[in-house]
Amino acid sequence: MSARPTIGVLGVQGDVSEHMAAVERAGGTARKVKRPDELTDVAGLILPGGESTTHRRLLDYEDLLSAITDRYRDGMAVFGTCAGAILLATEVLGAPTPHLSLVDITVRRNAFGRQRESFVTDLDVAGLDGGPLRAVFIRAPIIERVGPGIDVLATVDGEIVLAESDRALVAAFHPELTADDRLHKRFLEKTATAEVAR
Amino acid sequence: MNQRETGTIEVKRGLAQMLKGGVIMDVTTVDMAKVAEQAGAVAVMALERVPSDIRAGGGVARMAPVSKIKEIVAGVSIPVMAKCRIGHFVEAQIEEALGVDYLDESEVLTPADEAHHIDKHEFTIPFVCGARDLGEALRRIGEGAAMIRTKGEPGTGNIVEAVRHLRMIRAQIRDLATRPAEELLVAAKELRAPLDLVEETARTERLPVVNFAAGGVAIPADAALMMQLGADGVFVGSGIFKSENPAAFARAIVLATTHYDDPDILARVSEELGTDAAMVGLERLTEEELMQIRST
Repeated sequence: MSARPTIGVLGVQGDVSEHMAAVERAGGTARKVKRPDELTDVAGLILPGGESTTHRRLLDYEDLLSAITDRYRDGMAVFGTCAGAILLATEVLGAPTPHLSLVDITVRRNAFGRQRESFVTDLDVAGLDGGPLRAVFIRAPIIERVGPGIDVLATVDGEIVLAESDRALVAAFHPELTADDRLHKRFLEKTATAEVAR
Repeated sequence: MNQRETGTIEVKRGLAQMLKGGVIMDVTTVDMAKVAEQAGAVAVMALERVPSDIRAGGGVARMAPVSKIKEIVAGVSIPVMAKCRIGHFVEAQIEEALGVDYLDESEVLTPADEAHHIDKHEFTIPFVCGARDLGEALRRIGEGAAMIRTKGEPGTGNIVEAVRHLRMIRAQIRDLATRPAEELLVAAKELRAPLDLVEETARTERLPVVNFAAGGVAIPADAALMMQLGADGVFVGSGIFKSENPAAFARAIVLATTHYDDPDILARVSEELGTDAAMVGLERLTEEELMQIRST
């Protein structure tokens, strides 16, 4: 693993600066990605929170969809939070087609309700040292199904809200909104594994 | 069973953080809301009449009809905001009960209380409020606002007031940051703002909440101008659905807001839109016509 891996943060819309700050605190170098050429040589890509319908329009305009897919096939790791997890899923309930379709999960949008139902809770995360993780859920989706090779890391009242494979991390909540950087550190470790695998 | 804390500062301010870099569009019907969603809006703002129609039509401007809000809430998957009158906490209660995601206590509507704003801490859902300067912004945050926008001068198609308000807030934050700690009490008095928020702003050199531009954004270049001046995102009121092709206009504003620092893309989206798409800009308004001076 290089000393500070370069981590792209998809920067078309959403809480981009929060993720960039978390990457820097966790020991990486953050780069905002708005165009396909900005994806070259990033070890991992974070897809932030925001509105997935908006992100999709903007990804189409700059042809980022195929660029991200190509880089993922190349060995890049991905981390999607909330809207980002929806973009990565192979199935989005209620939508005719998925978006990037890179991670074999089924998601349901706004599954906990509207903003008045948005909440904060303490999550027990499998394999994460240091006690429960304070997690902020904003009009959050849930992960209804995970495919083979994907492990469930945390649930809220039985609903899956955090899962991972060797090169992907998907969260229904927003680890970038708190000062707890453990999940960003875990993602940085994945980029190291991805480089070795390559 | 996981303990769920709702209505916390994190979830209120957090939703505004998710809207950053995006465009929030004024709509009066569910059909308009669907056009906005398809074009890439991050949220829609439900209101009875767009600001330019309020200006033209006169009379008391109130919250949108309940039936319209219900249709919009049911009709789109993106967050739905709705305006309520300044001080009219019952309009706010009704809109919260309807499932609205964000409330705008707005000077665009006719104020219901000339002395008091709504106690926004009392609500589970968050509020956005307008501001012309730092003191006004921090007073609203002190009352519980989780997001700020410039007031600008709505329904005019003229960006000059929004630019003035955004530059004013930035200049006042720069000034605060240079002051030693013992001068912040006097600064708080001058700004007529809570001391703890003044101290926080001086230390972090930014507002404690997300700050959008609003009031007079008429063309894609206006949206990009506000983003380059440091706005976190853009509200567009009358401009979109008063244009000849709302879908194309909405899409152009979304692209200009994301690619605000790329003149080639800005030129392309502006050209695709054509020249006569924008609403007519109003030049000078009399003091009675100004919405921005309502309840500061």
